[in-house]
Amino acid sequence: MSFDNAYEALADAHDDSRWAFGTGFEDPLSGMDTSVPPGVDGPTLAQYCLMLGDDALIMSHRLQEWCTNAPELEDEVAIANIGLDLLGQARLLLARAGKADGTGRSEDDYAFLRPEHEFRNVRLAELERGDFGQLIAVLLVFSTWRLALFQRLAASVDPVLGAIAEKGVKELTYHRDYAARWAVRLGDGTARSRERMRAGLDGIWPYVEELFTPHEIEVRVGVDPASVRAEFDDVLAQVFAPATLTPPEVAPRVGVAGRTGRDGVHTEAMGYLLAELQSVARALPGATW
Amino acid sequence: MVTTRTARDVAKTVTDPELPMLTLADLGVLREVSEVDGRVVVSITPTYTGCPAMDTMRDDLVHALENAGYLDVEIRTVLRPAWSSDWITADGRRKLAEAGIAPPGAAPPRSGPVPLTLAPPARLVGCPRCGSVETEQVSEFGPTACKALRRCRACHEPFEHVKEI
Repeated sequence: MSFDNAYEALADAHDDSRWAFGTGFEDPLSGMDTSVPPGVDGPTLAQYCLMLGDDALIMSHRLQEWCTNAPELEDEVAIANIGLDLLGQARLLLARAGKADGTGRSEDDYAFLRPEHEFRNVRLAELERGDFGQLIAVLLVFSTWRLALFQRLAASVDPVLGAIAEKGVKELTYHRDYAARWAVRLGDGTARSRERMRAGLDGIWPYVEELFTPHEIEVRVGVDPASVRAEFDDVLAQVFAPATLTPPEVAPRVGVAGRTGRDGVHTEAMGYLLAELQSVARALPGATW
Repeated sequence: MVTTRTARDVAKTVTDPELPMLTLADLGVLREVSEVDGRVVVSITPTYTGCPAMDTMRDDLVHALENAGYLDVEIRTVLRPAWSSDWITADGRRKLAEAGIAPPGAAPPRSGPVPLTLAPPARLVGCPRCGSVETEQVSEFGPTACKALRRCRACHEPFEHVKEI
C-alpha cells in the first residue's frame, strides 16, 4: 500500500501496522443502545449532556495547560491524569448529545465547531489558569460539586447518562481527594503557601454560586444542582477545618441579565480558550488525527 | 480461511496495548464474546473513561479475529457495571507482579456517599522487586490512568501500583 505522505498512511483505516491513529473507531459509545428512553425529550437530554460535557471539556483544557508548568513532575502527571479523565467524560457526553438530539453530530463537531455562545459550561471551568493555589481551589470546588452531581446522576432516567456518571464517580473521587489533600497542605503550611491558597479561593469564589443555580434544562432532565449544595458545603467544611481556612465572603459574579455559563454567556477568558482549542480543526476542516 | 479456534479463544489472546504482558481477559476488560452464525460480538469495558488505549484494543480485537477467519466482527463498549480492579484475574495479578508492577488490593466498597479521604489510605503494598512491605505512595497518579506511583523504603526503588477502583 502506498501513500503520498506519512500522514495519509497514519490515517488509513485498513492498514493494521499503525498504532492508535486512524483506527477507524471514532464513536466512544460504539455498540451501546443510545435510543432515547420513552418519556424523555431527546433535544432536552442533549442540552443537558452538553452542559456536563462542556464542563469537563473546558476544565480539561485548563488542566492540560499545566503540562510543562506544574511545580513537580508527580503533580504534572497527576494534573494531566485528571485532565485525561475529564476529557474521557467529555467525549462520552458530547457523543451522547449527538445521539440524543438526532443530529448525529460527533464529539469533534461539538468541541471544535461550535461558537462560544453555544458552549454551556459553568464559568468556573473556563477561568484563566492562575497559579497552583488557584488550581487547587478550582479543582477542589469543581470535583466536589461534580462528584455530588454524578452520584445522583447514576440513577438517571437515561441509562447511557447513568452509566457515564457511575463510571465518572470513581474517577472524581480521586480528583477530589487530590485537591483536598493539597488544600490542607497549602492552607496549613507556610505563610506563603497559605496566602496563595487563600488568594486562589478568593479569586474563584465569585463563580461558586453559579454552580448551584438551577437551569431549567437541569431541573427537567437531570440533577437539580441546588440539591447538592448541602453535601458540597459539608465536604468543603471537612477540608477547610484541617486546612485552617474559611469560605471566602465575596459577592457572586452575576451574569448578563441573570444569564451565565449554562445560557452560553461566558467570561472574557473563554474566547481565548476556544481560539486555541479550535484553531487546528478550523484551519484544516475535516482533518483526521 | 478455515476457522479452527473459537472466537472466544482468539479474543482471549489479545493483549493490552499499555500492559502487553497481560491479556484483555486478564485485566477484566474483555467482558463477553458471543458467536452466532459466524457473526462475532465482543464486549469490552474501559478501565478509565479517558483510557486512550480503547481504540487500539478494538482495533487489535478486530484484526486478531479477522486473522483467525472471523470477518463479521462487532466490538461493543460496555460502561456499566463500571470496571473494577477486582476483575483482574489471579493470572493477571501474577503477570503484573512479574513485570514489576504491584497488583491492586481489594477495591473500596461502594455504597452511599463517597467519603473524603484526606490521608492516603494505609495499604500494605509489597515491593515487586524486594518483597518488602515498607513502601510509600509517591503519587496517586502514575504514567497511565490506572496506576499509582510508589517507592520502596527498603530497596529504594520506585515502582508502579495498579490502583484500587
